[in-house]
Amino acid sequence: MKRIAFRNARLVDPANGLDIKGGLLVENGRIADVGPRLFNDAEPHDPEVIDCRGLVLAPGLIDARVFTGEPGAEHRESLESASQAAAAGGVTSMIVMPNTDPVIDEPSLVDFILRRAAATARVRVLPTAALTKGLLGETMTEIGLLKEAGAVAFTDGDRSIANARVLRRAMSYAATFDALVLAHAEDPELVKGASATEGEYATRLGLPASPAIAEAMMVERDIRLVELTGARLHFAQISTRAALDTIAAAKARGLPVTCGVAAHHLILNELDVGPYYTFRKVRPPLRSEEDRAAMVEGVANGTIDVIVSSHEPQGADTKRQPFAAAAAGTVGLETLLPAALTVMHEGKASLSHVLAAMTAAPARIFRLGAGTLTKGAPADLVLLDENEPLVVDAEKLHSRARNTAFEGRKFQGRAKVTFVGGVCVSDAR
Amino acid sequence: MAISPALMTIGPILPSKHLLGIEGLSPTHITALLDLAETYVVQGRAADKKTQLLRGRTLINLFFEASTRTQSSFELAGKRLGADVMNMSVKTSSVSKGETLIDTATTLNAMRPDILVVRHQDAGAAELLSRKLDCSVINAGDGAHEHPTQALLDALTIRRHRGSFEGLVVAICGDVLHSRVARSNLRLLSMMGARVRLVAPRTLLPCQAERFGVEVFTDMREGLKGADIVMMLRLQLERMAGAFVPSTREYFRFYGLDREKLAFAKPGALVMHPGPMNRGVEIASDIADDVQVSLIAEQVEMGVALRMAILDDVSRRLA
Repeated sequence: MKRIAFRNARLVDPANGLDIKGGLLVENGRIADVGPRLFNDAEPHDPEVIDCRGLVLAPGLIDARVFTGEPGAEHRESLESASQAAAAGGVTSMIVMPNTDPVIDEPSLVDFILRRAAATARVRVLPTAALTKGLLGETMTEIGLLKEAGAVAFTDGDRSIANARVLRRAMSYAATFDALVLAHAEDPELVKGASATEGEYATRLGLPASPAIAEAMMVERDIRLVELTGARLHFAQISTRAALDTIAAAKARGLPVTCGVAAHHLILNELDVGPYYTFRKVRPPLRSEEDRAAMVEGVANGTIDVIVSSHEPQGADTKRQPFAAAAAGTVGLETLLPAALTVMHEGKASLSHVLAAMTAAPARIFRLGAGTLTKGAPADLVLLDENEPLVVDAEKLHSRARNTAFEGRKFQGRAKVTFVGGVCVSDAR
Repeated sequence: MAISPALMTIGPILPSKHLLGIEGLSPTHITALLDLAETYVVQGRAADKKTQLLRGRTLINLFFEASTRTQSSFELAGKRLGADVMNMSVKTSSVSKGETLIDTATTLNAMRPDILVVRHQDAGAAELLSRKLDCSVINAGDGAHEHPTQALLDALTIRRHRGSFEGLVVAICGDVLHSRVARSNLRLLSMMGARVRLVAPRTLLPCQAERFGVEVFTDMREGLKGADIVMMLRLQLERMAGAFVPSTREYFRFYGLDREKLAFAKPGALVMHPGPMNRGVEIASDIADDVQVSLIAEQVEMGVALRMAILDDVSRRLA
């Protein structure tokens, strides 16, 4: 029986509202015991002992929005390389998007992801499947069979479904199976060809831009469809106050709507595009300072449930281009925790509240058995130092792609040791 | 079943010379019609199947949608009662030349038919014709609205096996949204005291179906639990490829009737299907062919007898 004893830890478990000093025992990959007096007085005799020295021991992070290149673009990122970045960042579960080549829209492809992950990945990989075949927004996928195969949610990834009739039927069908639908909220016609948010700065730079309302419009439409169909809908990442307010109102009416935000939308605003800095070209684009501040507020007041990295690997070929021609996306698995902790360091929310957005909340929304220190839960753990200074250096990232929007950024807080199922997958002590 | 001789001599059962839907009928009408149909079951099994009740009468089958089964059933019913039967398949006639439904009706009216059996893709078509024509109009299916003779023949079949409808649990499964058969059946069965359930993915359930006083299920196993009768509906081919359900294999997996799902129904539960069946889509072949549970062939026989009863009854109001 494999046992690991963690002693002298600050146990932070948002799912149980727990923030105490104590110890934790892992047996056979699961949490066997947890409590304030565990291993306090005596050294436990048999197991491997890890002295946490007062550092935070928390559930491993769940990153609910990760794009990889597998299958089809492994030169950018494979499940294996993404999982190395995840492990280094304290992420123990990656929810991967179906925007691959081929698109994950067949039960056999969900199975492929799970098998490849089991064979190569260091952390848990939870596949989503396409909501429409080929991500074309035309015909729904086999949601029942895909769910049985292991898909945790249904989404066209970074594409919005333009046709309301198609989406209505897909959501209605998803509701039949109590399946979660993930939406990317950007009106596809309004944002076509755009690479920045409309405003003074984009105008000065002469960039093709789209209005920020392109997001709220889709959020409003999709919420109407939730009302009609009863489907559970999660907006994968929002970026504007207008969308936030609409979601807050829907939640107040008791609709099954939740939302996430990308870490970079908590930190950066439209001015950070700077001199055509393509690593900060993301979708949705960086927004105004007012919208950025609204995102932080949304996390703090709980309207935003989840913080994601929206990890999107790109290569030199796709990023070393004029801004308008460059691909969107930033890697983020390794910077998710430090970036999210900014909300705490700014005094807007407690450590437990910030961690909830990457543990308990995604676990609840995606119905995962992880994201908690509850007895019996899988021993997916991160030992972290929430204050340790960090300067982001792309050269030191573990992901194959290095297109970080945070290059040179100073953060506070980082993952030290990461465990998946009781196995250490990263140790930066 | 013993038939009262008085039945043969009393006046018409139905409240009108038209049969447009189950709506508007009462349990008394339905019971009397089923009793009358029983006499035609006997006639249909005799060596001489023909009487002359409708001798000299003209029956026109006006079918705007192809239907081998219903059309031939009405044709045979008319012929066994001695009527002259004409089949008009309108797909190949004047409508394709731009004639409106009213024009067609006027033309037909001039031919002085006695009974018009009409099937049309649009809800309300039979009702419209009944207002424009002098003859009796029988609805053989209008859009997703009603198909009263199907519901009545299903009722006849059920009654022969279960005696009555009171408390029977009937699960109607499949494409309820587009189904006139489901609408007529749930009206009739609820009226007769059966407990009707609808089982379908949400994309194939009509809005506010529960307002019909039925129980609605999206999980077929739950919906079949304790059912006496499992009534399967046909899934139209054009609805399979992604618009309402993603694929036939997924549909069969979750909503196709196979042994495993049927095991959730009451022991001895009976299976019905209005036909034509999509084997391996909504029903497994071994169930469709199992005479111990499948009433599908019997439904066809009852169809002819029931339609003879309808033709008999409406003819009593004709001049």
